[in-house]
Amino acid sequence: MNTDEKLVMMANQIAQFFAAQGEARAVPAIADHIRKFWDPQMRSEFLALVPGAEAKLHPLVRKAVALIR
Amino acid sequence: MTPLSDEFDYGTPAVAAEQTVSLSVDGIAVEVPAGTSIMRAASLAGVAVPKLCATDSLNAFGSCRLCLVEIDGRPGTPASCTTPVAAGMKVRTQTERLKTLRRGVMELYISDHPLDCLTCAANGDCELQDMAGAVGLREVRYGYGGDNHLADVKDQSNPYFSYDPSKCIVCSRCVRACEEVQGTFALTIMGRGFESRVAASANVPFLESECVSCGACVQACPTATLIEKSVAEIGTPNRSVQTTCGYCGVGCTFNAEMRGDEVVRMTPSKSGKANSGHSCIKGRFAWGYAQHKDRILKPMIRASIADPWREVSWDEAIAHTALEFKRIAAQYGRGAVGGITSSRCTNEETFLVQKMVRAGFGNNNVDTCARVCHSPTGYGLKTTFGTSAGTQDFVSVEKADVIVVIGANPTDGHPVFASRMKRRLRQGAKLIVIDPRRIDLVHMPRVEASYHLALRPGTNVAVLTAMAHVIVTEGLIHQDFVQTRCDADSFAEWAAFAARPEHSPEATEEATGVPAAALRGAARLYATKGKNGAIYYGLGVTEHSQGTTAVMAIANLAMATGNIGRDGVGVNPLRGQNNVQGSCDMGSFPHELSGYRHISDAATRALFEAAWGVNLDSEPGLRIPNMLDAAVDGRFKGLYIQGEDIAQSDPDTQHVLAGLKAMECVVVHDLFLNETADYAHVFLPGSTFLEKDGTFTNAERRIQRVRKAMAPKNGYQDWEITMKLSEALGYPMPYSHPSEIMDEIARLTPTFAGVSFDKLDALGSIQWPCNDAAPEGTPVMHRASFARGKGLFVLTEYVPTEEKTGPRFPLLLTTGRILSQYNVGAQTRRTANSQWHTEDRLEIHPHDAEQRGIVDGSWVKLASRSGETSLRALITDRVAPGVVYTTFHHPNTQANVVTSDYSDWATNCPEYKVTAVQVALSNGPTDWQREYGRHSEQARHIAHDAEAVPAE
Ligand code: SF4
Ligand code: SF4
Ligand code: SF4
Ligand code: FES
Repeated sequence: MNTDEKLVMMANQIAQFFAAQGEARAVPAIADHIRKFWDPQMRSEFLALVPGAEAKLHPLVRKAVALIR
Repeated sequence: MTPLSDEFDYGTPAVAAEQTVSLSVDGIAVEVPAGTSIMRAASLAGVAVPKLCATDSLNAFGSCRLCLVEIDGRPGTPASCTTPVAAGMKVRTQTERLKTLRRGVMELYISDHPLDCLTCAANGDCELQDMAGAVGLREVRYGYGGDNHLADVKDQSNPYFSYDPSKCIVCSRCVRACEEVQGTFALTIMGRGFESRVAASANVPFLESECVSCGACVQACPTATLIEKSVAEIGTPNRSVQTTCGYCGVGCTFNAEMRGDEVVRMTPSKSGKANSGHSCIKGRFAWGYAQHKDRILKPMIRASIADPWREVSWDEAIAHTALEFKRIAAQYGRGAVGGITSSRCTNEETFLVQKMVRAGFGNNNVDTCARVCHSPTGYGLKTTFGTSAGTQDFVSVEKADVIVVIGANPTDGHPVFASRMKRRLRQGAKLIVIDPRRIDLVHMPRVEASYHLALRPGTNVAVLTAMAHVIVTEGLIHQDFVQTRCDADSFAEWAAFAARPEHSPEATEEATGVPAAALRGAARLYATKGKNGAIYYGLGVTEHSQGTTAVMAIANLAMATGNIGRDGVGVNPLRGQNNVQGSCDMGSFPHELSGYRHISDAATRALFEAAWGVNLDSEPGLRIPNMLDAAVDGRFKGLYIQGEDIAQSDPDTQHVLAGLKAMECVVVHDLFLNETADYAHVFLPGSTFLEKDGTFTNAERRIQRVRKAMAPKNGYQDWEITMKLSEALGYPMPYSHPSEIMDEIARLTPTFAGVSFDKLDALGSIQWPCNDAAPEGTPVMHRASFARGKGLFVLTEYVPTEEKTGPRFPLLLTTGRILSQYNVGAQTRRTANSQWHTEDRLEIHPHDAEQRGIVDGSWVKLASRSGETSLRALITDRVAPGVVYTTFHHPNTQANVVTSDYSDWATNCPEYKVTAVQVALSNGPTDWQREYGRHSEQARHIAHDAEAVPAE
């Protein structure tokens, strides 16, 4: 896995955990987790790759993207 | 063996009784708990009754008849060790009759004992000798010429202690120590009367027996029969320093018994609250690495990893490193450097490294090896309970009725705690083991698990959630506890979630491989009303894609059954390395400051900024895997690593090496040229735990002193080296002693507010939180309420790992460790412990082996999607069909070449415990192993040429 693939996978894993709590709670929780534990460079790399990787992202991650910014 | 320190032997164990009894011994009045032996009461009154078969670590046995006393109004001369006190008793310990009787007993012993006292290794340290003096033995009427055992042959097979039967007085202290203290039952007394002799297992040499070399028998032996070889070699010790074991998270207290600057032996201290006088092979015997010839004592640098090392002075090494780090920061940005703290170093040293990174480097790129082991514990328990740590002290297990062991192998990983646990199991507590492998605890002498749920690796969350299903749907919830102590909404949501049919044991059976009936039985047993259920878990829980989820699932179970907040219950992570709890507490993670406070919290930051006189970055830094990714991507260039070997211990070795190779300045601060040092540009020699002052924090949050027993052979304690580096970087942090660092930690960390070296010296140890509310610390947490207020239930949906078996990789590999070796083995491989584990072996089920034509001992190739390695097979049904298992103690095996780069969703803790693999016969090491070996040899070359600057 290269770094981009890893970032996508990590984001999706986070979404899989929070998914059980329902979308309304999961989306902000995913964004919060990423903001709290990923360093700023990882976050900006991730946000930069989002447009090209939409299809690979968990639906909840897609929704959380706006909150990570 | 008489310990050198002032650890008095009261003869028989203390009795815990509310009621006391008054009596007099030789006219001295004494009051003791009811049930105490006369011998102990006499000791407490200051009267030493002669004894040989009694010692206060063991139950009284009454065989030697030396401890006879007279009691007014009672006939005869009862043995004081086996006779309990009674109110108003008048005991006499020295009468003419007693003296004569005792002399007679001693005469018999001595007539069959070699009289080479002057040249005996135990001379001056022998209870038989002491007792001969104490009873005033002056002549032996039977002569020395009668039948004796003087020609018996010594058993020297164990590398650390010898057994000389000719000196044995058949007191059976060793046999009882092996049973009562260690719980291994390796020794018996064979034969009868004069022919009786101590024998290991079925009368085989010690090394071949079930003996695990804990040394309890050696310590219990009153003569030189069982004695440390080091005492024979060096001589008896003449001073003693109390300190804490540097190996595992049990944190045993030891007396380092010294002669001059040399360790003679390590004896576990009875005053140690974690070990109560017991130890394992590592702490007691495997300290020789400190003197090993491989240890590097002079700093070294090199421009490129292709160059040989060049020894330089400390000043040059530090100046060079600082210059490089400054250059990298100027060239690539402040975020291009970072540091890794060590779970083997002291709290004070760890705190300093993270301080240097945050304040000196000016970023939060600091992490620790807990990343790869217990980071999910921190996150999971913080979320559910509010504190990133286990809930109990070790003695709590003595009150447990049902013990659940998940993903841990205490008899190998945490042996001294395991001995405590086994004692409780022998008393009748029930045991549930949840582990893919049949660990020793499942079936051992006088211990039999009620359930062994041999789950498929990677399915912990499914199993734990199925247990929750049973507890919820069968009405086993502890309603009172849940209503008063836990968050009501989260409980209701969780209960509905767990009750869903897809979480039933029947529905999950196919994925987990655990028969539904067994799972139901185990869940019911754990949730038994009115009983104490305690969960102990290890890396088999955390090192998964869902490690954090599993920790939360465990916390849910404990809350739902009310098994939190008192003795005998709780959620207990068994921590790997000696100070992994401490390194986490000290703010080693990139997102948090000491005491688990997030770096984005402005108030906490302000506190540190004021103390440290710098501005702190409010954003989290890089975690170890992120650092390596960033290095491969070219944006991370310099790394200071204190006491860790990430090239061997971290997953997906090829990726780690690519990351290290991409850096411009890798600094390894360690004892040995480890695997990571092959890729380093600077080597700073470290000091061992015997050479430094500081504290370690064990798995029960117990902060304990580490005391310097000898001068650091490398010149400096590790905290001093970090201090020098930080100063050279332009951020001086002057301390004259680690106690000052602890004072700073206490000022900045609410859970440590009451901790100081003075208090530690006075109390012996302190379990955090220690503050105004708990001035002497907190043995059991969450008693009245949770640290977070109400306990939070969290939904734990099972998500199968991405690491899947398929036609190419049909088997699941899981990893672990064994008793005699420690972690990457850098220390234990450099001791005689290697005699028990000369290589890593691949455990494979007979069925899988047969399909592949593998026989025991065959060389096999172990291949995964990440890489391949070779090692020899061990055929055993300890592992289920479809599962293989190995350890990772030897660098030439490189088991982590095959592990994947999947990791825990919350913490990036790597998924060591599940890798899809294939196993096939091979003819020996792989090309990669040969190439790796060749490179290591070359990378470790040290130039000893004329221009090398001698070290200070
Ligand atoms: S060293 Fe430990 S395990 Fe071995 S015989 Fe002695 S007490 Fe038993
Ligand atoms: S070996 Fe030592 S402890 Fe064991 S029976 Fe003999 S004298 Fe006693
Ligand atoms: S159990 Fe752990 S702390 Fe205790 S002696 Fe063994 S290695 Fe050291
Ligand atoms: S010490 Fe009491 S009988 Fe041996």
